[in-house]
Amino acid sequence: MYKIREAKQLTDNIYLMNVEARRVAKHCEPGQFIIVKIDEEGERIPLTICDYDREEGTVTIVFQVIGASTLQMSKLKAGDSFADFVGPLGKPSEFVTEDLQELKKKKILFVAGGVGTAPVYPQVKWLNEHGIKADAIVGAKNKDLVILEEEMEQVSNLYVTTDDGSYKRKGMVTEVIKDLVVNQKKEYDVVVAIGPMIMMKFVCLLTKELGLHTIVSMNPIMVDGTGMCGACRLTVGDEVKFACVDGPEFDGHLVNFDEAMKRQQMYKTEEGRAYLKEKEGDTHHGGCGHCGGEE
Amino acid sequence: MADVLKKVPVREQDPKVRATNFEEVCYGYNKEEAMEEASRCINCKNAKCITGCPVSIDIPAFIAQAKEGKFDEAYQIISKSSALPAVCGRVCPQESQCEGKCIRGIKGEPVSIGKLERFVADWAKENGVKPQLATEKNGHKVAVIGSGPAGLTCAGDLAKLGYDVTIFEALHKPGGVLVYGIPEFRLPKDKVVAEEVKNVLSLGVKIETNVIIGKSTTVDELLTEEGFEAVFIGSGAGLPMFMGIPGENANGVFSANEYLTRNNLMKAFRDDYKTPIMRGKKVAVVGGGNVAMDAARTALRLGAEVHIIYRRSEAELPARVEEVHHAKEEGVQFDLLTNPTEILVDENDWVKGIRCIRMELGEPDASGRRRPVEIPGSEFEMEVDTVIMSLGTSPNPLISSTTYGLDVNKRKCIIADEEFGKTSKEGVYAGGDAVTGAATVILAMGAGRAGARGIHEYLSSKNK
Repeated sequence: MYKIREAKQLTDNIYLMNVEARRVAKHCEPGQFIIVKIDEEGERIPLTICDYDREEGTVTIVFQVIGASTLQMSKLKAGDSFADFVGPLGKPSEFVTEDLQELKKKKILFVAGGVGTAPVYPQVKWLNEHGIKADAIVGAKNKDLVILEEEMEQVSNLYVTTDDGSYKRKGMVTEVIKDLVVNQKKEYDVVVAIGPMIMMKFVCLLTKELGLHTIVSMNPIMVDGTGMCGACRLTVGDEVKFACVDGPEFDGHLVNFDEAMKRQQMYKTEEGRAYLKEKEGDTHHGGCGHCGGEE
Repeated sequence: MADVLKKVPVREQDPKVRATNFEEVCYGYNKEEAMEEASRCINCKNAKCITGCPVSIDIPAFIAQAKEGKFDEAYQIISKSSALPAVCGRVCPQESQCEGKCIRGIKGEPVSIGKLERFVADWAKENGVKPQLATEKNGHKVAVIGSGPAGLTCAGDLAKLGYDVTIFEALHKPGGVLVYGIPEFRLPKDKVVAEEVKNVLSLGVKIETNVIIGKSTTVDELLTEEGFEAVFIGSGAGLPMFMGIPGENANGVFSANEYLTRNNLMKAFRDDYKTPIMRGKKVAVVGGGNVAMDAARTALRLGAEVHIIYRRSEAELPARVEEVHHAKEEGVQFDLLTNPTEILVDENDWVKGIRCIRMELGEPDASGRRRPVEIPGSEFEMEVDTVIMSLGTSPNPLISSTTYGLDVNKRKCIIADEEFGKTSKEGVYAGGDAVTGAATVILAMGAGRAGARGIHEYLSSKNK
């Protein structure tokens, strides 16, 4: 059992939890993720790592309620436990193993969308701890959905934007990128974009135009997370890759987003859910972790 | 008196009924049937069956006890060589191993060694008989990676020799392929697998689940920081292979691993579990191995019309004859000498069909099997909504890429010798699918035994 030390609600549907997981905390690096399972009957839910404390042996996760399983998870309180918590999974971000002196010469721009701020945070924090202050754009639909602003502020040069302009800048993250690169003439060696697939797709279209190398973090459907099932496969360049062992980070300009979104969209749209319910018959319990199911 | 040349028949669930449920297909023998079948054994002095068994069970000895109704004694004899008799009695390919060597088989049917082993193991469970405990603990710590057949066997053998053994399992439940791969109707999870795991634990073995070696910790850390003196790697097969044809990433295309894991480990077929699975109307399973049969029979039970698509002919099917026979009885259709060329998708990228081409057999290839050759112009389309790819696996690099000094071969399998499972790294032994590529449960168990022997020899000479 993996005990929850702290549980808090960040927005109306985004939650943060600090969980005791000694082995994960000891080995995880920015860019990696974990899989959590609530109880015997639960699903294996892949979630990004938001923070970790090696001494305390704890890992912080942030998740959005998007289906029956994450809804059930959001009701857990400090003192409760997860049946299973496994990781770290996937490869760490490339910069973790780069030569530090070389890395210090690089200018990195992070672009986070919504709950994607959570996996961006440990990356900018790691860089900050190694003497590199990166620029970071955090985008959210509106003021209430901006998360981890204070934390991000401390470790990066932060630009917050909201789609509706209810807080700080108004507009999509792509508009901020344009502003920084085109208007302010800032130069970057690499862009790291993490958020909803549609956001990452549009960031990549723009950065390709601007000639900026871009890394994205993919979050497809997974079952085991160790390379066994192949559910998370996606096309990168002309190769099929497994997000769990080859990723989750890939060259964004090579990722086939349309295919990846189609593989995921079924679980996201009303039409898709109805379709799935028909396809999966009575095994569809609305708990796939990505769908609203019967709700 | 029954015909001594024939096996005592074993009772099975009616094919029509079992095609709709996940209950075990084969009921196994009862006591009387087992004793009668045991009496067919002529107790050869130079018993060939033992040489046919990868873990060298003293088969005539256990059958002699079973013949007398002394099932406790029979169980202890089996336990000396096998940690998982209830599993092996069910899933071993006996026809090509012990039973394939049986003298009775020359003129008539061999002794039903597998069904006898199964009966003895089930009897032991029902009567609370456990494998005999280890001799004294010797205080030496050994780590075993993976709780599948290789790992459980290695751990059991080492525990009996007095070692302090910890198994590290990546998934949330112990058992490896016995839990995620082989379906309930061939190998019941609670009744059989969980009990066998308990038996191994009763020898003093510890299991830590949710530990992925290469990620949560490494082989080198186990050796240098956690105090283990030797490590056995039984991490199993790896990444599923696909064909590389158009449409393979469409929705509704699954690897057999995913399909079976959802249903077996994650229990999608049960209402009380939250895992969803595609309940296709018409399913194509591509491949002809045991895993393909398992996937096909699972899809059938979930309500689909199921077609096995295999590029060679029936004679070349790698699956066990018994599995093919069961699949046919249940209504799985076999499209042989047929190979997919494209998966057809609808406007939402869901599978709507599969395009195939007819094949014929040409000259034998390197494997000695006749090579399938496309028949020009024979392409056709079949309407399906689900495609399950069962084409084997390639090794998972998680351990080999994170362990200093551990050599792999061209196919990325860990190199280990057959006799002792010794790898290129001192104190590290390996066996099972991680070494051989996808094979059988019993071969993995044999490799687990070899690894235990190797580790015992290594630590005995080191600690002299």
